[in-house]
Amino acid sequence: MTPQRAGADADPARGRALLELAGVTKRFGDLVANDDVSLSVGAGEVVAMLGENGAGKSTLMKIAYGLVRPDAGELRVDGRPVQLGSPRDAMRAGIGMVTQEFSLVETMTVSENVALSAVGLGRVDAAANRRRVMAAMERLGVQIEPERLVATLSIGERQRVEIVKALFHDCRVLILDEPTAVLTPQDVRSLFETIARLRTDGLGVLFVSHKLREVAEISDRVVVLRRGRMVGDRPTASVDEAELAALMMGGAASAAAAPAGPSQSRAGAVADPVGGAVGLGVETRPTAGPAEARPEPVLRLTDLGVSTGRRALLSGISLTVGAGEIVGIAGISGNGQTELVDVLAGVRPASSGTVHVAGRDLTRADVATRLAAGLGRLTEDRRGSLVPQMSVEHNLVLEDLPRFTSRGLLDRGAVRRHAEQLIERFDIRARPGDPVATLSGGNMQKVLLARSLVREPRVLVVAQPTRGLDVGSYAYVHEQLAALRDRGAGVLVVSEDLDELRGLCDRVAVLFRGRIVGELPIAEASSERLGLMMTGVEVAT
Amino acid sequence: MSLNLLALLGAMLTIATPLIWAGVGELVVERTGVLNLGIEGTMYLGAFVGFLVALRTGSPWLGLLAAVASGVVAGVLMGLFAVTLGLNQHVSGLGLTLLLIAVCEFTFRMLYAGERPTLDTKFDVLLPGVEVLDQHWLTYVAFLVLAPGSWWVLRSTGAGYRLRAVGESFEAADVAGISVSGVRYAALMVGGAFMAVGGAFLTLSVLGSFTLDIINGRGWVCIALVIFARWRVWPAVCGALIFAGTDALQLQLAITPAFGDVPRELMLALPYLAVIVALAVWGRSVRYPGSYLKAHRRA
Repeated sequence: MTPQRAGADADPARGRALLELAGVTKRFGDLVANDDVSLSVGAGEVVAMLGENGAGKSTLMKIAYGLVRPDAGELRVDGRPVQLGSPRDAMRAGIGMVTQEFSLVETMTVSENVALSAVGLGRVDAAANRRRVMAAMERLGVQIEPERLVATLSIGERQRVEIVKALFHDCRVLILDEPTAVLTPQDVRSLFETIARLRTDGLGVLFVSHKLREVAEISDRVVVLRRGRMVGDRPTASVDEAELAALMMGGAASAAAAPAGPSQSRAGAVADPVGGAVGLGVETRPTAGPAEARPEPVLRLTDLGVSTGRRALLSGISLTVGAGEIVGIAGISGNGQTELVDVLAGVRPASSGTVHVAGRDLTRADVATRLAAGLGRLTEDRRGSLVPQMSVEHNLVLEDLPRFTSRGLLDRGAVRRHAEQLIERFDIRARPGDPVATLSGGNMQKVLLARSLVREPRVLVVAQPTRGLDVGSYAYVHEQLAALRDRGAGVLVVSEDLDELRGLCDRVAVLFRGRIVGELPIAEASSERLGLMMTGVEVAT
Repeated sequence: MSLNLLALLGAMLTIATPLIWAGVGELVVERTGVLNLGIEGTMYLGAFVGFLVALRTGSPWLGLLAAVASGVVAGVLMGLFAVTLGLNQHVSGLGLTLLLIAVCEFTFRMLYAGERPTLDTKFDVLLPGVEVLDQHWLTYVAFLVLAPGSWWVLRSTGAGYRLRAVGESFEAADVAGISVSGVRYAALMVGGAFMAVGGAFLTLSVLGSFTLDIINGRGWVCIALVIFARWRVWPAVCGALIFAGTDALQLQLAITPAFGDVPRELMLALPYLAVIVALAVWGRSVRYPGSYLKAHRRA
């Protein structure tokens, strides 16, 4: 155990780089998770790493902890290069980590868990171990009975045990991967107090988050990761939340990648201070919009809620999509998007509220009834909606089997003709007999689009329609959705890609923790404002 | 009815011995999340190799040593399939059992076609003539050293912590700097050695000879015992005693005139029925170890 460092000892050490990552690159197949990322954490310094989901934060943290090996780049501890082949090496080098999914063994006690990586093979002196665990907890101001089974602890308590565990093997740099994602506000308070103690003790802390407000509160320095690249490294004192949101979401920086669309408000919004944005948000309540100016709603959600047990995953969702309108749902994933799409698709029951399509109540309708009523959907997981081993032609008729069967037999000629027509019309680069598994992501999405659009749905719900697609397919999907809107259907687009939403939608609603925290006409939906709403900073209800 | 209770008790302890050796071996392995269906074959291998070496060298001690070594090798083989290659554990284990039994049978037939070799010296019982306590030393070790020892190791040593952590959540073990495959290999080797001793007990202590049906499903009984015991040592010992007690009982009943009309096959099936009943009653809603049957992979 490291003794409590006296202030006089700690001061000269402060600021010296404890952990450095230099030029770290990691690829998974075609995906570049980290691209030439460099980063350092000094003694007595709290560095916050910001980034959207999928920006590569977790991969980078896993590299720093020896769980993932980088393809290129170097790690240095105290200025000396180190090779981290496993978490054991990382621990030896003085690096500790609290992972996003806690790494505790539920069937073992707190002290057994804490000692796990510190004991030898022989007898464990339970009493001595207990004393050491207690001492470590005291140092952190944590009070948990060491003999309790981890299974009986709350989430906040488990996290504290994780930190105690990391400190138990003398770590000098502590990595916290999205530590507040699962905590209650009270637990976040006590976590921040713990982090402050660690800083005073001269530890380096790397704090991964996508919540701007927390970052501003706890860190000395902020680094921002976007699409695997480091796009910013600033002292916290010198940046404001709006600027961070812009960096994180790729506001001005991503203009080249953005498709043509109503995204002209960017320049004005960058200059918008946070306060101004909040003020604007209050003015534009969804109810304040001129209702009669809106087109007739084809999809109406009223006070929709989903809960499992006591936990509410979605609550009070009220939203309309008009005929000839595209409405976007923005939000960081895990804030209720999956549940919303599932409820609309009819694969998860709503626990409250109603779903109306063109005035018809479909709240309790089964999937087939929904399809027949003109409610189409493209789910987030392409492979989940297709049968990969089956051919393109069979996948194309999967939702429409009665039309192609007579007396239980599939009319193979009709299926083939149907497929050939759709392949032609939707420019699918495949033969009818090809297994869907052999298609590219873009062509898979075209198969799904074709299957949904050929039914001419009155409402189409799409989730992450362009995730992982190349530029060409991206534009194609957008064209098709826009064309569907122009034919008078309503489209609800759930996406994490703000550029996509701003290029495609007429209105954007933001989901945060299962609630709609605001709804903006596209002209007012700058990346900055959406970013603030997505991270719960700005609430405009 | 002339049931000899003391004889029954003595037979129960002897019959339970191989089940405790192999059962504890399986339990140790399964605590790391690996189901070793190679147990039946490993017991067979231990029985055969122990017998063969004892026969050739004249020393049951060397035979036992060889059996232990063969069990370790069987454990390494299982590790190669289920840990290193990450293959399906059911298929790996069953394959290993089939392979080991076939190899032993083949070798035995090649060497001793038509003969029935017996050992000149096998292990003697301790305390001969004292009822119930006239047991083999491996029986004493099973009850007095193996069972309490493995219980203690699992509960209060760092090795036990590692084993349980790997079996419950190998992600957690990995992050804690524990080598998941290292722990699994170690458990497979130690467990394999225990299984092989269980098999060798039959040839080196009880029979002094080798027959082709020597294990006769005892390995499968151990698999059931471990689940029945929910991966805890003492309940597994109790389960072994229940099975052994039923087996000893049917052996006695078979020579009791009053049961002369009951088909022999039905009597033989009795202990296995007992296992099925026990599993049906106590084996339901079992919480399996968290990483049971899962292969561990890292990017």
